[in-house]
Amino acid sequence: MQAFLDSLIRGWGHDPQTWVWTQLIYVAFMGLFSFAVINFAAVTAGIFSWAERRVAGRMQSRVGPNRAGPGGFYQWIADAVKLLTKEDLVPTEADQFLFRIAPYFMMVGFACVFVALPFSHRLVIAEMNVGVFYIIAVTALIVVGIIMSGWSSNSKWSLFGAIRSAAQIISYEIPAGMALMIPVLLSGTLSTQGIIRAQGPWPWEWYIFHDPASFAAFFIYFISALAEGNRTPFDLPEAESELVSGYNTEYSGMRFSYFFLVEWGNMWVMSALATTMFLGGWQVPFLPVTDAADKIAMLSGGWTVLAELASIAIFTFKTLFFVFIVMWLRWTLPRIRVDQMMNMCWKYLVPVSFAAVLFVAGWMLVIHAVPALDWIMRIVLTAGGAITLVMFWLRTLQNIKDTGDKFDFTSNW
Amino acid sequence: MSEARRGTGPEPTMDMTNKEVMKRIEYTGDMLLNMGPQHPSTHGVINFLVQTDGEVMKRAIPEVGYLHRSLEKIAEKCTYNGYMPYTDRIDYIAAMFANQGWAMAIERLLDVKVPRRAEYCRVIACELNRISSHLVAVGTMSMDIGAVTPFPYALREREFINDLLEELCGARLTYNYLRIGGVAFDLPESYGDKVLTFVDHFEKILVEFNRLITYNEIFVQRLANLAPISPELAIEYCLVGPNLRGSGVKFDVRRDIPYSIYPELQFDIPVGRGELGVTGDCWDRFWVRVAEMRESCRILRQCIAQIPEGETMAKMPRKIKVPEGVEASVRIESARGDMQYYVIGGGENAYRCKVRTGSFTAMGIIDPLSRGLMVADLVALIASLDVVAPEIDR
Repeated sequence: MQAFLDSLIRGWGHDPQTWVWTQLIYVAFMGLFSFAVINFAAVTAGIFSWAERRVAGRMQSRVGPNRAGPGGFYQWIADAVKLLTKEDLVPTEADQFLFRIAPYFMMVGFACVFVALPFSHRLVIAEMNVGVFYIIAVTALIVVGIIMSGWSSNSKWSLFGAIRSAAQIISYEIPAGMALMIPVLLSGTLSTQGIIRAQGPWPWEWYIFHDPASFAAFFIYFISALAEGNRTPFDLPEAESELVSGYNTEYSGMRFSYFFLVEWGNMWVMSALATTMFLGGWQVPFLPVTDAADKIAMLSGGWTVLAELASIAIFTFKTLFFVFIVMWLRWTLPRIRVDQMMNMCWKYLVPVSFAAVLFVAGWMLVIHAVPALDWIMRIVLTAGGAITLVMFWLRTLQNIKDTGDKFDFTSNW
Repeated sequence: MSEARRGTGPEPTMDMTNKEVMKRIEYTGDMLLNMGPQHPSTHGVINFLVQTDGEVMKRAIPEVGYLHRSLEKIAEKCTYNGYMPYTDRIDYIAAMFANQGWAMAIERLLDVKVPRRAEYCRVIACELNRISSHLVAVGTMSMDIGAVTPFPYALREREFINDLLEELCGARLTYNYLRIGGVAFDLPESYGDKVLTFVDHFEKILVEFNRLITYNEIFVQRLANLAPISPELAIEYCLVGPNLRGSGVKFDVRRDIPYSIYPELQFDIPVGRGELGVTGDCWDRFWVRVAEMRESCRILRQCIAQIPEGETMAKMPRKIKVPEGVEASVRIESARGDMQYYVIGGGENAYRCKVRTGSFTAMGIIDPLSRGLMVADLVALIASLDVVAPEIDR
């Protein structure tokens, strides 16, 4: 983004190195961008809250919100207005200061992630050379907010939720971090944009199908991200049937909505990160340029704009697809128990993720010696993935046939 | 809990009252968690005093009585027919059975012979109600485990049953359908076809339900081997109905102490076999309910095929009078197990009425079973016993 601002200043006829207002321009634009990013995060979270209720309604053969606006789309605005105008209640017994400040920690930890998350080929707030590391680091702020809210509420249910959440998020950060190290190993950079550039537009060029270990790493990351985002089957910190509402039991009004903003916004974060690291990000296929590392940058004129828009569309599509998968999981699976959650992390995911990193390091040496193996492995894995999808589809058809289900996509509008 | 207070008193013992136990728990350094009376998964207004050490629960003491409405005392104050709507409130999830128990008790007091068609109407209504009650049980249980979707699925099917029962008696929850000596209304036009349509549809839904939740890996991991009740323990604690059969004891009042037309019907009694864990675990109790729904479908098919023409009401006096001091005790198989009515006649109203329900006895076993489980398991245990708060307290 600094390069963009520098070129802007040059366009105005000044040298950014010497012009006195350069720093001020930087600050002004950073303020503008952060405003845009926070709004993007909040609006996405709001829309997801509507989408999730519609998806849940569809899956549970009921209607879901459909009164406010077309298909109930303005429901999230109505909810936001309601929550904003509600009384901000703080329990008498609560630790006032911590209770009030806890939601901000969550919000900050969540919004900061967007700084390094790419949206398209050029659209990224800061192309950091430590992007992945930065994302893992700022995500940890959320757990601070959760513990604060749980402790300061002075409610036993909140405390239960907070301690569960702390144990869960801290545990699952290890397999998630190790799984994210695999694309970093393969691409040789921590920059999110760099990792996307190192992949290609086609499935066999993505890191998920690079080798068996990175295939496993994708699922390890996805499971861990579910756990870090407190999503089913890892929604123990806010287990409604066990802990009333978990760490946010005592909250109301705007502060309560922050927690849910973060939860729903996190779906975008985890899906966008999965897309970036394993699924080729914004890479656009069928580009007229053939031999360049960054093909979109080599285009000119109207093609640049088209390719840029296409890259946004592709990235958004992949991300929303995973957001849908996350919702789908939530409305299908039961919740696991707290000891099973810990077992799964420390007994299975952590060892497997470490082994995967070692395997990938070894594999890189192997394909360096025998480059043909690289392509054979990619094609085999992609074919395997395709076969799995076909089998999944056949199984779904079989289920529909067995239970006499009928398709009726228009019924709940 | 501060260190200074830790271990300054003896552990709570079994013979203490709940209040004393609460005081003691504070001295042990453990956390006292009041689960209920307003908690999403206590299935009504019940309180559990939970002594926990972190997530591990040392003990959970059920505290009942929040929903006590003196229903047994009311029986002494109103006429025999007038008490029928009150019996609906004993167990509002399965109101038809409470109706039937009361009707059968008074019929035994008066030695009334109920017409055959009325018996068939009763069994059809009861078995429909059994399915709807079990649907609520398995739906809420899966929701307590965290799966939200099976619950609307179960309630969707329950709506069909509610429609059927509404057509039969005009009410969707508290039916007041049975009368002493028969039933209030005959089956409506082409009712049998409607029931058969539902049964055909529902048997397919059961397959889908099993795929969705019963054999779900996470669900099985949560419930298999959890809080197993051995057959001996189940009998010792007087568990009845699906809870008893979940422990592998093949006892069903419909077969062992036959009443109504059940001896003429063909149906199996599913018992827990420890298919995925040990016999009598929470999963077995869940599975028994799912299997019983299928058996109820079988019973419904037979009833629709066999139902004779005729009267639906025996000749009864306008005002029922029972000689004083005559006793009757009937047992029926409610959705929550053996439901017993013990009535002593006393002229125009009963001298004494005692209702024995399955949920109340099931509460007793929670304390011994809860030791060493986790807090999340307590929710599963309560749900697997399928307790309904008004049936506990009456």
